[in-house]
Parts: sequence; structure tokens; C-alpha cells
Amino acid sequence: MELTGAQALIKSLEMQQVEVMFGLPGGAILPVYDPIIDSSIRHILVRHEQGAGHMAEGYAQVTGRPGVAMVTSGPGATNIVTPLADAYMDSIPLVVVTGQVATSAIGTDAFQESDITGITMGITKHNWLITDGADIPRVVAEAFHVATTGRPGPVLIDVPKDVAIKPMEWYHPGPSDLDLPGYHPLTEGDPVLVRQAVEMLLAAERPVIYAGGGILKARGAEALRELAERTGIPVVTTLMARGCFPDSHPLCLGMPGMHGNYTAVTAMQRSDLLIALGSRFDDRVTGRIDAFAPEAKIIHVDIDPAELHKVRHADVAIAGDCRLVIDEMLVALADLGLPHSDATRGGSGGAPSDAVSGAPATAGSVAASHPRERLIPWRAQLSQWQGRFPLVYDQQPGSGALKPQFVLEALRDATPDDTIVASGVGQHQMFASQWWQFDYPYTWVNSGGLGTMGFAVPAAIGAKVGRPDKMVWAVDGDGCFQMTAQELVTASSERIPVKIAILNNAYLGMVRQWQEMFYEERYSEVYLSPDLPDYVGWAEAMGCVGIRVDSTEEVASAIDKANDIDDRPVVIDFRTDAFEKVFPMVAAGASNDDIIVDPSLTEGDGR
Amino acid sequence: MSVYGTDKRHHTLTVLVENKSGVLARVAGLFSRRGYNIFSLAVAPSDNERFSRITIVVDVESSPLEQIIKQLDKLIPVVSITELDPERSRERELLLATVEAAADTRGQVIQLVGVFEGKIVDVGPDRLTVMLAGAPTKLDDFEDLIRAYGIVEMQRSGRVALPMLDRSGEHLAPPRPESPVALTTEKAG
Ligand SMILES: Cc1ncc(C[n+]2csc(CCOP(=O)(O)OP(=O)(O)O)c2C)c(N)n1
Ligand SMILES: [Mg+2]
Repeated sequence: MELTGAQALIKSLEMQQVEVMFGLPGGAILPVYDPIIDSSIRHILVRHEQGAGHMAEGYAQVTGRPGVAMVTSGPGATNIVTPLADAYMDSIPLVVVTGQVATSAIGTDAFQESDITGITMGITKHNWLITDGADIPRVVAEAFHVATTGRPGPVLIDVPKDVAIKPMEWYHPGPSDLDLPGYHPLTEGDPVLVRQAVEMLLAAERPVIYAGGGILKARGAEALRELAERTGIPVVTTLMARGCFPDSHPLCLGMPGMHGNYTAVTAMQRSDLLIALGSRFDDRVTGRIDAFAPEAKIIHVDIDPAELHKVRHADVAIAGDCRLVIDEMLVALADLGLPHSDATRGGSGGAPSDAVSGAPATAGSVAASHPRERLIPWRAQLSQWQGRFPLVYDQQPGSGALKPQFVLEALRDATPDDTIVASGVGQHQMFASQWWQFDYPYTWVNSGGLGTMGFAVPAAIGAKVGRPDKMVWAVDGDGCFQMTAQELVTASSERIPVKIAILNNAYLGMVRQWQEMFYEERYSEVYLSPDLPDYVGWAEAMGCVGIRVDSTEEVASAIDKANDIDDRPVVIDFRTDAFEKVFPMVAAGASNDDIIVDPSLTEGDGR
Repeated sequence: MSVYGTDKRHHTLTVLVENKSGVLARVAGLFSRRGYNIFSLAVAPSDNERFSRITIVVDVESSPLEQIIKQLDKLIPVVSITELDPERSRERELLLATVEAAADTRGQVIQLVGVFEGKIVDVGPDRLTVMLAGAPTKLDDFEDLIRAYGIVEMQRSGRVALPMLDRSGEHLAPPRPESPVALTTEKAG
């Protein structure tokens, strides 16, 4: 069967079960847009290519399937560079197709030519420039394989215009057609090392499971829960891992790191054994690395061998898929006399399944409330810290400034437990991660590694496209919102009813906080204005419902109103306290021992 | 003293890569982006047209060798990486140099080339272009000696290397390109 390269490309995407893609056409990609008219794939026309990339990321994060985006050459391609870098940092499977000038024009500085494979070499897992139409079915199959296996990540396929136009002979690429002699993703861990790890884990007195985004990538939430419950070991969930272990679970210590809670941070610091599962000792978690968890031995499980020993030497380093390795650990535990507890998998308790719609966490399960003897003092210490240093804020009733934390608590309590939350980058992101209760995997969508302002709106849209059955809220900053708000036009015209809570503090708040704390309150270029733009007017101009909230009394009704709207996007402009800071905080470059908690917690004790 | 030769910080990696466009850029880009220092680099087709062999001498001062190998290994077109122990491998390099050789010194230069079993590849009125292939340390010595006469231009190819054959004649070489299997490192995604 003879097809044009363009038809072959779209057919190849269909064969990968692509149901939706995000994009915006232009000269070089024009031929590929033609067969889209006849395709089963839904195409969502964005207003800026960055939006397409973040939507694909949001879609991928909540569905576990690769996100697909398609853009033209030159500026279209460079506009999607940020999402590629973002997906690379957070290991999100993306397949981005870019148009390219005709092969004969490559290298001549032709109109809208840019060397996108060169530009994205360092921020993709791999990329391909197709020079022969006959390669299309194979390369698309390779691209999906590479993006979704091993440590997932973004890939890019660059398609010159003449390759898209010319006819080629179609074939179904089988597994043997994949030409990847240098690619062999890992799966299981070494059983000898697993056994060693389990022995360490049973001998430890102050163990902590340091769960990272890899748990979610490996769809290992259930396995993790069983490991924690069977061993009684408490769990911290990093910014990328929020939701992989239920916040409501008695063994959950919440988020560690620069703005993590006191107990999570200090538990890691004092630990004698850190079990790092799909986490990578990011500097935002470790603080000053040479002062991090000084007494802890390290078990490190990661599918990417290059993460092992990269930042911190591991005593036992296991290269493998997190879920499979945890399963191997569970078997080894049984061998060592710690069999299934009845509150775990297969029992009546109902663990949160990796399908987002699983049953909720059952707080206070048997195993969790009866820690193994050896861990009793440690668990008592943790409880004491939790009691002494909770997350706090001070919302004055009545006319007092509206606190962002108050808004988040109200939003959390007024939405279904499995609501998907997407966030931007800044104070609002940290408040959201701290104050939301994540009890289900794949309900938290954020930009962790790259920290991309403007992520929330398009990511929320992509998430809603992937999970139309779920309520999707974006928690955004006023600064972030202004970077990608145009995608609400996309959402309105495509009838994607996302809800946006802008925590409008009139500042680039996170930067403002650093200037207040570390630059003697010298505020340089951080003031934005609460009224410019007019967020309600802007939202309405984009086809959304716009609501403004100034005080605590208006919060609940505005949220209820937003929750009732299901035919268009809603934007709530919450006017929040410009002076609120995120605590706890470990200053950049400081040791986690020097964590600064909310000043109200240390009044009078000279801390 | 030449900076060439055997330095403890220098490790030789032979990297078998798919013979696809952009491979060298990927390897070089990885080194620059991660701040790894390349001491020398040589690329050539292997005995199978699908693959090329890149011989990289890395400076492990910049980063632990293990990290460099693992990151390199993550590049999709990298098929296998073998670290060559200098004690157990044959390393060779080529040197080309144009040397001042006026009538009074010409005889000495020619003699030196002869002692080192090099070749004279071009002759001018008062200069010679000489060639020497051999172990990098031998090239270092030669370079030191001809410097006295005045080096006009010099190029060294960078090292290439293959493992030594063991006594039994068993092949210790990197995997045959026909059936690529990673020897030293597990490939991972
Ligand atoms: C694209 C981009 N530019 C700059 C930054 C640096 N940055 C981090 S947080 C922040 C402020 C964000 O402001 P806003 O969205 O209002 O959130 P807030 O901190 O006020 O909640 C900035 C500028 C960034 N992370 N991303
Ligand atoms: Mg702000």
C-alpha cells in the first residue's frame, strides 16, 4: 500500500493507540496536518506551542500513556523546547513531532529552519531526523518504545516537508523492525542485592522510605504501600511523588525538602537507613549534600543506573524497575519471616490502586498501627516531632488578609478526594503540595525538576483531556498564570472544563520571599499588581467564568460555584496576602539541620 | 615535557556506536553538557559498516569514571562501552610534524626519524614533514626531541586502542559488531 509520508506518520500514531494530540500547524508541517482531517485522533489546537507540550505532559502524567504534540519547524519547534526540557527533568513520556524544511534546504538557513534535533539533544531521551519516508513506521515505533520504557522521557521526531509529501510503501513495523541495538531497558533487580537490602531494612532502627517519582512511573504505589505496612517503615513522598503513598496513612510523613515539613526533613536527617525508591537525591531534597542524613546507610533503587551513586554513595544500589524490585523485596521479606499482613494487598483494607479510581486509603490499618518492636522508639520520636512542629498558618477572621493556605484547605475540603491538582511554580506550588491531602496516585501534576512557571494551566487542560471523568483544578500563581493563560482560549473552544485558582498575591512571591529573607528586604523586580491584568475580565474574554474573591467569607461560595460549572473553564482570582511566606524552609545551600520553621512555633524557646 | 602519554587520570574508553548521523555530536554534547573533560577523541568506521568506534581518552579529574560511562551508556546509539586498562591494551597514535631542517641540522633530524622508525613524508628546501606511528609515550619522546630543532606545525591523531590478546589466543576484544552485546556495562533506559 502506497501512502504519503504524512499519511504514514498519522497511521503510525494511530497504531500506537494515540487518541489525542496537541499542536499547531505551520508551513513545514502542513502536509502532516492534511491526513489529520480523516484520522480518528483528536487534535487539540493550542494557542502557543508551549501549551501543546505542557498539555501533553499533563495528559501523560495522569494517564500513564505518552503525550503527543505536533508543531511546525523553526519557531514552532523552539516554542516547545521548554516542555521537552521539563519532561526530561521529570521523566515524562512525550512524543513530539516537528516539521522541518525540505531535506534539500537543511543547512542553508532556509525560512523557518532551526536545528531542532541539535537544540534538543540534551533535553530529550533521544531524537530522530527522518530523511527517508520508508523509515517513518519504524522510527515512530522506536520513538514510542524509547519514550515509554526504562526511565521514561521525551523524544522528538523531526520530519522534513519533502519526506512528508513523497510516497512510501507502507508496512506494519513489528518488534524485529526496531533498530535499537544499544537500548536494553532494565526490569528486575539483582536478587542478591535485594536480599541484602531487605536484611538491612529489618535491622534498621530509624529507617525511612524516601519515595520519589519513580514509584509513580513504575506504577508501584500498591507495592510501596505493602512494603511500608509490612515493615512498619514510615514514608516521605517527594514533590514528584505526592500521592504515591496516601497522606492520610499513619506511616506517611509527607513531603521532605526545601519546603518540606519538619518531621519529613528531620526524619531523613536522623535516619540510620534511607530506602530511596525512584528518587534521585535532588538538591532540593538533600539541602547541603555533605550534611545530608549523616548517619544513614543508603539503599537506592532506580531504573536508571546513572542515578546510583551519582549524588550520594549507596550501600546497596539496585538498578531496576521500582515496582518489580519492591515485589522482589516483598518475597525476600516473606523468606525472612515477615509475611503478608492482612491489612495489605489481597486483604480487606483496599489499597489505593494504581488506577486512579481505586478505593481510598484506609487510615490506621493493622500493620501500620502496630509497628514492629524495634521501631517503636523511632515512631514515637516521629509523632513527637509531628505534634511539636505541624504546618501552621494564621488566618485572622473577618477583614484580615486572605491566606493562601486557607484557600487551599477550603478547596481541598470542597472537592472530591480524587481531584487532580495541577500547579505552577512558586509559593502557591509549595502551599498546594503542603496543604492538599493526596490520597491517590496520579492526582498531582507539577513541574518539579525544571520548575517551569506557566505549567499549571496547560497541564491541567491536558490532564482533563486524559481524565474527563475527574475534577481538575489548577492552583496557579498570578505570575505563572500570565505566562500561559492564553490556553484557556483552547480550553473554552474545546469545551475542556478545567478550574483555575489563582493565588493572586500581586508578586512573584517566591522570589519576593528570598529577597525578604536573604537580600535584606530589597525587593527587585518582583511586584506585579493585583489588578493589572483584570483577571476576571481576562477570564471572561477567554470564554471562561471569572470570579473574584477578596475575603474568607467569599471563599466557600466561590468554590461551590466553580465546582458546579461543567461546561466551560472557571477562573477564581483569590486575592491573597502578599506577605505570607512558605515555611518550613531550608535556605539554599544550607544543611537540612538548619530548617527554619514558622516563627510562631518557636516563639519563646529561643530557637 | 609533553602532556601526552600515560597519565593516571586518563582512561581510555572504546565506544561502539551506531553509524548514524549526529552520533558524534551526541557524544561530544554529553561531555560538554555534563562538564566531563575529553583528553583525546578518535572516530573511525569499525569492521561492520553499521557501527563506528569512538576511542575517547577521558580525564577522570572532572567526574568519576563510573558516571561518565553510565551517562554515555544512556545515549541510545551507544551500543557498548569498554574501558581499556592501559596495562592490558595496545594503544597507538599517529604524529605528523613539519620540522625546521636547514642544511646544518637536516642530517640530525633524518637520523632521529630513523632511530624512531618514523618516515619522512615531505621534503622542502629547509623543512621536513615527518610521520611517526606508535605508542603514545613513544610519540611523546619523539616530540620532545624534535622540538629542539623547531616544530613548525604538528598534529597528533589521538589514541586508538584495542585490548591485548590473552595468552591462550582468546579474543578479549569488545563485542563483535555483528552481535552487539554490552560487555562492560548493562544498557539501561
Ligand atoms: C519560566 C520561569 N521563569 C522564572 C522562574 C523563577 N521563579 C520561580 S518562582 C517565581 C515566582 C512565581 O510567581 P507567581 O506565579 O506569582 O507565584 P507565587 O510565588 O507568587 O505563588 C519565579 C519568577 C521560573 N521558575 N520559571
Ligand atoms: Mg504571585
